[in-house]
Amino acid sequence: MAEADQSSEPAPAPAAPVEINAVPVRRPGRLVAGFLIIVVAAALIKSAATNPRFGWGTVGEYLFAPTVMEGLVKTIELTFLSMIIGIGIGVLLAVMRLSPNPIVVAASGFYIWLFRGTPVLVQLLFWAFIAALYPVISLGVPFGPALVNLDANTWITPFVAVLLGLGLNEGAYMSEIVRAGLLSVDEGQEEAAKALGMRRMMTMRRVILPQAMRVIIPPTGNETIGMLKTTSLVSVLAYTELLYAVQLIYATNYKQIPLLIVASIWYLVLTTILSIGQYFIERHYGRGTAREVPPTLLMRIWQSFSTWRHTRVEIPEPTRHGL
Amino acid sequence: MSDAMIKAEAVHKRFGRNEVLKGITLDVAPGEVMCLLGPSGSGKSTFLRCINHLEKINSGRIWVDGNLVGYRQKGDVLHEISERDVAQEREQIGMVFQRFNLFGHMTAEQNIIEAPVRVAGLKPDVARAEAKVLMDRVGLGDRLDAYPAQLSGGQQQRVAIARALAMKPKLMLFDEPTSALDPELVGEVLDVMRALAADGMTMVVVTHETGFAKEVGDTVVFMDDGVVVESGDPVSVFENPQHARTQAFLSKVL
Repeated sequence: MAEADQSSEPAPAPAAPVEINAVPVRRPGRLVAGFLIIVVAAALIKSAATNPRFGWGTVGEYLFAPTVMEGLVKTIELTFLSMIIGIGIGVLLAVMRLSPNPIVVAASGFYIWLFRGTPVLVQLLFWAFIAALYPVISLGVPFGPALVNLDANTWITPFVAVLLGLGLNEGAYMSEIVRAGLLSVDEGQEEAAKALGMRRMMTMRRVILPQAMRVIIPPTGNETIGMLKTTSLVSVLAYTELLYAVQLIYATNYKQIPLLIVASIWYLVLTTILSIGQYFIERHYGRGTAREVPPTLLMRIWQSFSTWRHTRVEIPEPTRHGL
Repeated sequence: MSDAMIKAEAVHKRFGRNEVLKGITLDVAPGEVMCLLGPSGSGKSTFLRCINHLEKINSGRIWVDGNLVGYRQKGDVLHEISERDVAQEREQIGMVFQRFNLFGHMTAEQNIIEAPVRVAGLKPDVARAEAKVLMDRVGLGDRLDAYPAQLSGGQQQRVAIARALAMKPKLMLFDEPTSALDPELVGEVLDVMRALAADGMTMVVVTHETGFAKEVGDTVVFMDDGVVVESGDPVSVFENPQHARTQAFLSKVL
């Protein structure tokens, strides 16, 4: 029937599809929740603004004070150097953990057991008092002659002690993250590399690790932010990072709250910067995969606000290809 | 040794208590295309993986181009060879996998030049020029910059073949190269393999493509339960199988 009709008269031009433009469902629950949160937030802001004991004037006065700036620089320095040590040790331990040699595996396991099993504050104190344990550090043949003798008090400066404490501890945690990343890479990748004549270490460096990065980066970002805040523990060793810097100031002027706010503001600024950096690193290592990097928290909040207004703002779409 | 490209003698392989290969003896001549057929679990893939020492054999010997695979014999004693020497042996043997196993973080070109540059020490621009030639040969000359995830299964497998060829192997091993492909993509991969065979490459192909085995194979080997049940030229094995197990298998797949 239909065929006969078609043959007698030309088919009508297909009509342009009509966009659906329906009235959205009302969501009163969302409105109520949003309203409540705004009321509570307004109350908090009012209290913060009007309570003179917050001392916002003092906060502004000390936010860029030279002592605070020096402390800030030290905090950044410690965070990055300890993370570099931690990541280096973490990769080494993770590769050792997957070694065919049982003694190498055991050594890696022991390290992780020791450094993950004791509080980082205790470890920091140990390093600070290392000179009491080893007054002289000898480098040389084990059980044989020493080649170099180093005086622990001169070489293990507070900075070195703090760096060792934070970095060696971080290595234990990073190794588990790296190991999870290595195990996430399909075994076929290693086989293909072997079949091409690549050796174990080259396969690890060129094939496995780069692909493990996708899994390693997000928790490492977390660890870095954690490390940023863990550096504040170092204040107990009288090392002048951000927290100890503000403590030094409030020890003389007794304005504890404003100065702790100063420190908190800087910690938040650094954390924000780190989160943004993480997004771009994740995107870099996500290349070659069809799966897109999820938008950051800020982007998600922005997106949900814009859907509320029914005008969807285009979030930069990671390139998605594939067949 | 003899002038066989591959010579296997009484090869046994166990996984734990499970004996997967129970004495495989066969020869592959230079330029020969040998197709291994058989039900799954018959040991075809395991045998293939023994040829480039991805699996260690438990007894017997395999020689590739006259060299004992994975060992060196001094008198009556076998010595394991170092990782470096195993790697060197593998350079000569190309392998193509069922699941392609392209390096996911590298483009097609980077996949192809990785081993020539890093292992064989070729200059990157020389390797890139060769990669272009190889990609043209597998019909993907315009997809050098594509990542594996941007390619179809058939295209990925063709890149994988190009990657193996980039090391200029004497021998190519194919482990069910079309089994993970959608039916309409099988042909393009078989075409590349057909051309390779016509160029005189020595090939060992584990496959379920009886059509390919019949057309391209010089020898067809039917394996079942870890042993070679029957082997010979495709016509005699396919048209006139002698063994009941071969007949039963062929009646199902043909």
